[in-house]
Amino acid sequence: MDPTLSCPLAWYGEGGKTVRGMSYLPASLDKVLERPETEVLVRARGLTKEFGGFTAVDGIDFDLYRGEAFGFLGPNGAGKSSTMRMIGCVSPPTSGELSILGRDPVRDGSAIRARLGVVPQEDTLDVELTVRENLLVYGRYFGLPRRVIRDRTAALLEFVQLADRAGDKVEPLSGGLKRRLTIARSLVNEPEILILDEPTTGLDPQARHVVWDRLFRLKQRGVTLILTTHYMDEAEQLCDRLVVMDHGRFAAEGSPRDLIARYCSPEVLELRFDPEVQDAAADKLKDFPAERTEALADRILLYVPDGDAALAAVRASGLEPLTSLVRRGTLEDVFLRLTGRRLED
Amino acid sequence: MSESVSLRMLPPAGLLGRLRRAGTDTGSLRLVERHARAYRRVWLVFISGVFEPLFYLLSVGLGLGVLVGKVPGPGGQPIPYREFVAPGLLAVSSMNGAMFDSTFNVFFRLKYAKLYDAVLATPMRPAQVALGEIGWALLRGTIYAIAFMLVMLALDLVHSPWAVLDVPVAVLIGFAFAAIGMTGTTYMKSWQDFDYVILASMPLFLFSATFYPLSVYPRPVQVVIECTPLYQGVVLLRDLTVGVVGPDLLWRAAYLAALGVAGLYASGRRIGKLLLV
Amino acid sequence: MAALSRGDYPPGPPRLPPGGLPPGDPPALGGLRSPQTPLTVRAFRCWLTVYRRIWRSSIWSSVLGPVCYLGALGFGLGTLIDRHSPASLGGVSYLAFVAPAILASGAMNTATAEASFPVFGSIKWNRIYIGAQASPLRPADIFRGHLMFMLMRLAMNCAFVVLVMWAFGAVESAWVVLAWPAAVLTGLAFAAPVAAWAVTVKVETSFAYMFRFAVMPLMLFSGTFFPLSQLPAGLRALAYATPLWHGVALCRAFSLGTAAQDPAGMLGHAAYLAVLAAAGIWAGARTYRRRLYV
Repeated sequence: MDPTLSCPLAWYGEGGKTVRGMSYLPASLDKVLERPETEVLVRARGLTKEFGGFTAVDGIDFDLYRGEAFGFLGPNGAGKSSTMRMIGCVSPPTSGELSILGRDPVRDGSAIRARLGVVPQEDTLDVELTVRENLLVYGRYFGLPRRVIRDRTAALLEFVQLADRAGDKVEPLSGGLKRRLTIARSLVNEPEILILDEPTTGLDPQARHVVWDRLFRLKQRGVTLILTTHYMDEAEQLCDRLVVMDHGRFAAEGSPRDLIARYCSPEVLELRFDPEVQDAAADKLKDFPAERTEALADRILLYVPDGDAALAAVRASGLEPLTSLVRRGTLEDVFLRLTGRRLED
Repeated sequence: MSESVSLRMLPPAGLLGRLRRAGTDTGSLRLVERHARAYRRVWLVFISGVFEPLFYLLSVGLGLGVLVGKVPGPGGQPIPYREFVAPGLLAVSSMNGAMFDSTFNVFFRLKYAKLYDAVLATPMRPAQVALGEIGWALLRGTIYAIAFMLVMLALDLVHSPWAVLDVPVAVLIGFAFAAIGMTGTTYMKSWQDFDYVILASMPLFLFSATFYPLSVYPRPVQVVIECTPLYQGVVLLRDLTVGVVGPDLLWRAAYLAALGVAGLYASGRRIGKLLLV
Repeated sequence: MAALSRGDYPPGPPRLPPGGLPPGDPPALGGLRSPQTPLTVRAFRCWLTVYRRIWRSSIWSSVLGPVCYLGALGFGLGTLIDRHSPASLGGVSYLAFVAPAILASGAMNTATAEASFPVFGSIKWNRIYIGAQASPLRPADIFRGHLMFMLMRLAMNCAFVVLVMWAFGAVESAWVVLAWPAAVLTGLAFAAPVAAWAVTVKVETSFAYMFRFAVMPLMLFSGTFFPLSQLPAGLRALAYATPLWHGVALCRAFSLGTAAQDPAGMLGHAAYLAVLAAAGIWAGARTYRRRLYV
């Protein structure tokens, strides 16, 4: 394919030479790549959302830059979806300042939505239409000309690997296929920002990896991603920066590596004891020389620089765990440290 | 693309501005396009909707007509029963079709298919969704009304050139009821609430001088019925079909149009309130 | 851990003869049938519990429909007809003529409404049948339990309509008491076959066709609003073959008091409806098993 091509087909096509792992980009995006970090696409100050008496989002501040993948990590009920809906201009903020692409979502919501792509938490696919028709109809909602949509549909179905199911009805598709279709649909208007609300929840591991792969390619092409998740592996894999969110507030902010280095030791020793001796063991381990000790309902975590050495020391002190596991620190430990709860609670 | 969208976004202030925006808006047509695509697969269901008023016409108009003989039509002179009941059936079928589409189908799309959630994540606005849904109901209504008129012509039930206006008036009736129905649907919480729809539409169907003239009722009841929208629609259609026209028809049409516009506005706002929360 | 060899895998389910269903369930293990509640009644109770939630709203449609139709057609149209052609209905007022037809077609409407969407929805939407499958209930019990519920609703609605008929003065004879079971039988003659069919339906548009092309023409052309003698001979023969006409004739004969004049005819009508109902019950056990055993 011609490297100077700026046809939209090049945006999502799989062909072409790769240069240092990156596929072709339309000419218009070259400028963007020169200054990837400086343009702020979404700015929020003191953003609050209340439903009746319940505060879902409690005065958060953040800036989102063009070209990055930004993650909101937190358990269910943390306020992530409410924040996504506010950024997606389908929910007016109760108070605070929010500007998206330089405009006010309350006044210019329609114009902003024309430049966003949304992958919602529950698939809102049209079950009365086929796979291809879903894309055609959705593109029409944006007012795109039919010829343009038809071209893009073919390229998009190719991108999410659904080209052979184009004529099928949506209902019998599996969860993974439906999610891929939703992602394809969200790209019909070539959005500048793609908002994904828990993109891989409920999918089997193989489907998750396919979705991650697609999102990673989009990131390489310069699409700004905003995603929410309660899976730490997803956050670590996809996000350049993330915030840990709980009860509507930010608990921490930074890149996954920074957060783990800041809030967690390099290694974690997990010990599981017989339920009867669990409490006695926990007491005894309180004085153990570890950076931190965490007693969960079913196991005890010891945050140490060297897990194997710590395990030997535990055994030497007379305690004999039923099972033990040495692993590296993860975002789940960060979350546990910051909020006192586990991500899945 | 963003420039053209922003031009459209410049809001002219006030109600007139809103109406002008609604009038030149093509956004709502996109929803109509979606419905047309979805119904292309089940076109037989679409076509079969024509048969319902047809069966009623044959049964009640012809079968019962023998028993009933002649009834006083608009303007006082007696007309055969089948010519009396046919415009009434047209009005009723417009009402039923519009209400069914705007209640049952809209509720399903709102709560289960979550169609409007997907639509409102695009540049489409709640007012456009409401207009699009009502536009679709009207499109169906027009097709059914034309089919019914053709049958009426075939059975020699039409004797006046004014009957050409029957189709637009039937669409107007559908507009009024689709708008009202859609507004009501936005307040429904579960399928049981549909009994209220039946509660409203069945008495309207039977008691709006569709099957027999208003003179059968005592005067106080007549006054009550004269306020209901279906009665106005039935009278409009009957007068036009028989050929007895007067200036009062304009008032009746305005009444239906006002109901439709009010329902359109209210349902747009309700959808916004429900989904853009 | 050593890999399992082929011989270690547990044996699979018994293979079925091609094209056949498993043999009918053996009677449930001792203790499941007596002295505890019969299985059919358990299924029935499920529907009763559902109904307790929604009975108030269903009263409206059961109550309102017959009252409105009787009022509008019986009184409104009746005034016109009695004035014009009082002799064409065999000497009775139009109200007395049409009221039993409203009773019978109301039974048909209730039956088809209860036997179509609730059955379909119990597999596709709220999945009541799927839940019941996982219990000792057999598919035939699920079918019969639901049918019992439909019978209950039919009985309630028809009893109410008979009362309304009597209150409006549309009843000419004390035999109308038998019109109540006649109407229930009419309803059953629709409910059982429709339920047996509905459980096999895969898309709900089929029901739209049934209502538009079967139920509605039946309601309009089975001698309900006008005597059957007005139909051309070919259509008349068609009407004689359909169940609603038999139900209307039966109810009308009881309501007008003419039943005693033609007991053989009445038995004929009742037999026709009973055979249809029995066929539906027989077929339903089979279709339910075919659908719920997959």
